[in-house]
Amino acid sequence: MSENIIRVDVLVIGAGPAGLAAAIAAKKAGVDNLIVLEREDHPGGILRQCIHNGFGLHRFKEELTGPEYAQRDIDTAREMGIDIRTGVTVLSVSNEKRVTAVSRENGLQIFEAKSIVLAMGCRERPRGALAIPGTRCAGIYSAGTAQKFVNLEGYMPGRRVVILGSGDIGLIMARRMTLQGAKVLACVELMPYSSGLNRNIVQCLQDYNIPLYLSHTVIDIQGKERLSGVTVAKVDENRRPIPGTEMQFDCDTLLLSVGLIPENELSAEAGVALSPVTSGAVVSDTLETSVPGVFACGNVLHVHDLVDHVSNESFRAGEMAARYAKGERRTGREIPVRDGKGVRGVVPQKLLLSDDCQGVDLMFRPDQVYRNHYLTVYADGKPLSSLKKMILTPGEMVVQPLNEKMLAACKDAGEITVAITEEKAV
Amino acid sequence: MYDILIIGAGVVGCALARKLSHYEGKIAVLDRAEDVADGASKANSGIVHAGFDAKPGTKKAYYNVKGAKMYGELARQLGVPYDPIGALVLGFSEEDRATLQKLYDQGQKNGVEKLRIIEHDEIMALEPNTNPAAACALYAPTSAVVSPYEMTLALSYHAAQNGVEFIFDCPAEKVYEENGVWHVETAKGAFEARAVVNCAGVGAAALHNMISDQPVEIVPRRGEYYLLDHTVKCPFTRTMFQVPSKMGKGVLISPTAHGNALLGPSAEDIPDAYDTATTRKGLDFVLDKCRLTWPKVNIRPVITTFSGVRAHPTSDDFIIGPVHGAADNAFEAIGIESPGLTAAPAIAEELGELVAEHLKLGARKVAPPVPLLHPFFAMTEEERAAACKENPDYGRIVCRCEVVTEAEIRDAIRRPVGAKSIDGVKRRTRAGMGRCQGGFCSPRVMEILCEELKCSPLDITKCGGESKLLAGTLDDIAKEARGHE
Repeated sequence: MSENIIRVDVLVIGAGPAGLAAAIAAKKAGVDNLIVLEREDHPGGILRQCIHNGFGLHRFKEELTGPEYAQRDIDTAREMGIDIRTGVTVLSVSNEKRVTAVSRENGLQIFEAKSIVLAMGCRERPRGALAIPGTRCAGIYSAGTAQKFVNLEGYMPGRRVVILGSGDIGLIMARRMTLQGAKVLACVELMPYSSGLNRNIVQCLQDYNIPLYLSHTVIDIQGKERLSGVTVAKVDENRRPIPGTEMQFDCDTLLLSVGLIPENELSAEAGVALSPVTSGAVVSDTLETSVPGVFACGNVLHVHDLVDHVSNESFRAGEMAARYAKGERRTGREIPVRDGKGVRGVVPQKLLLSDDCQGVDLMFRPDQVYRNHYLTVYADGKPLSSLKKMILTPGEMVVQPLNEKMLAACKDAGEITVAITEEKAV
Repeated sequence: MYDILIIGAGVVGCALARKLSHYEGKIAVLDRAEDVADGASKANSGIVHAGFDAKPGTKKAYYNVKGAKMYGELARQLGVPYDPIGALVLGFSEEDRATLQKLYDQGQKNGVEKLRIIEHDEIMALEPNTNPAAACALYAPTSAVVSPYEMTLALSYHAAQNGVEFIFDCPAEKVYEENGVWHVETAKGAFEARAVVNCAGVGAAALHNMISDQPVEIVPRRGEYYLLDHTVKCPFTRTMFQVPSKMGKGVLISPTAHGNALLGPSAEDIPDAYDTATTRKGLDFVLDKCRLTWPKVNIRPVITTFSGVRAHPTSDDFIIGPVHGAADNAFEAIGIESPGLTAAPAIAEELGELVAEHLKLGARKVAPPVPLLHPFFAMTEEERAAACKENPDYGRIVCRCEVVTEAEIRDAIRRPVGAKSIDGVKRRTRAGMGRCQGGFCSPRVMEILCEELKCSPLDITKCGGESKLLAGTLDDIAKEARGHE
């Protein structure tokens, strides 16, 4: 089948916000032989079903709905003549950047790319992964699946709802289902803090008098055919249910918003090294993975809170993939960026120190809620910066710029560490 | 009027239906559920047992060993995933060694081939992830794994292809004989036949006791399991048993026929025969027991937990043959707990011949099973390209985790004894069986079911009955809510 190989300079996998931004940036950087592959019938990714507003405040200085935000990039990409192929599922990616994909229109196709941008996004953690005891009845959905039924298909999954997990999609669905006539009885969160954006707690729960039970979890699921109820209990500091604290909720629907997992099966097959902390690729400041010429961005790299961050990161990945395809190779000394105290999953995990190294954003999530703490960046244990933060929470991504001046200061350093400290580091 | 009514579409009922479909006669299988394999046949360990567990001279021993010998060929004929991976029963003490020796002796008497007792070093060489405290083991190379629900489905397909009728959502409520005709009253009306065969699993005792002068008791015994994602390699290449207890063969760790790791089962007698809930207690029990085999037990890649209810006869042996004390032409295969999956083909073979002989049914020639679609997942690149050319629906991946295409899903719905629900599609195609557990594909599977069955998404169920997935359209629910105010 070698005669049918499609050769491209940059191949982008996924046409959600990450893939679209990467493609736009690659095109702007001068790559014309560029293809975007998307498994759905429309570009836009998960934004298509996020019909609430609040997208684009940073990037466009306006409040857009998900579809509006996506449409801006889709329009730009189309105006630029970018080849977006929908209904195409990528089956495999090799470490030699050979990609097989399948579609109804063209059957099996093989691509060979000079560089690849992985932009496959993430998926929701299902019930099975939590091993909650009980029956396996109908009426248990991940929040995103419920969102798809409601916003794209026009069906309500149920009438009386309990939400497990306080991730953003769960919070958004609490409001959405309430507005549509369902009764949302409770939002139950295992941790002592929410994993969602604070604005969503206020606007989606508090505004509708939906109780949020922190340090609680669902310990039993009842219902033979359709869900009839769940039992919720308080948990101790080791997240074990405390006997005697059980509450019973009669409900026909349980929505799960218990975490997102970067969808890296293709990456793993290509030999891309993955981080056990982020479940995404280990990347350098150019967003290049351990496989040369393969870049990653957006929620497949690490789960973001705001799409604006996804777009920014992906512009960079697209530009770097374009430069790689044009034969540019950076040289320099590579040093690791490490998680210090209180920090989980800093991205990028590596910096390539070279003369042309511009600034880079370090992004991570705090491991718990911190108030009035200092966000400190060290080079070999010496603080490069230490800034006071009113609040740092796992629900919100922290972006710590590493500007040219700071980079210059760590020219000879062996490693960079980011930490959350009680005192200002001096 | 039927010649034969088989009550129960589990692995025994379906194997029997297939066997009897080789004779002239009008046959129907009735089941209370919406699909075949809805009871213990879909939720068990999926082991084709070598046959050393059962006491020599029992029906369990006889049908186990005979069934095990039939399995490889049957699975090949029907295109069902089957893998003769072998099994170890681990022993940790001198007391265990004595038990293993007893199992070995039983195996010899039962006619199990290639059994031997192996020592620590060989165990560790065969299975390096085993608890190093393991002193000895019974090694049974003839033990195998099979996909139990796919075996049941394939048996039903072949039976249906040969003219057997399958009638679902049809629980048998009353069975009686009148003037040489058997009557079965069900939620779907009354059926008449010359003969009835009770293969009703956990529901079989009630039917038996309606027509027999020797009442039996069948205790529902629930077993809970963990299933891990097959992208994480199973720590063992063989089925790893521990020495059996009085409640059964104990907790095992095994690769499934699809390469997932399976951990379980617990064993708990329960009042409700259809209560397949999992419990914290049961799941913790499994995990705790697994540590003995696999000290570094890791269930982080768990994709689901489930339970199945075995039909445990208090007599402790299978009950097979004509129903004692009943009028002519009432037969049964009941109390078929483990090793029932293994025994099913052998039970069907002999019971089928007995029934046919009683009814004086003539044999007829039947076609071999229509091959199942070759799964896209298992195809080579060239095969995939060719499949897409022949049927463009192969080009549409519906389930990303298990790489299941629209072509396979449509075929699963269209074939005889086709899928009618999300779980029905899942069991036939593996769509929704992967790490995202249907989060991504279930809306699309639902759409395809609606197209094929010409119904509304509001009619689609997870697994039949009232297990509807959707409550109403946005308008329906909004109007209803306004009405309440």
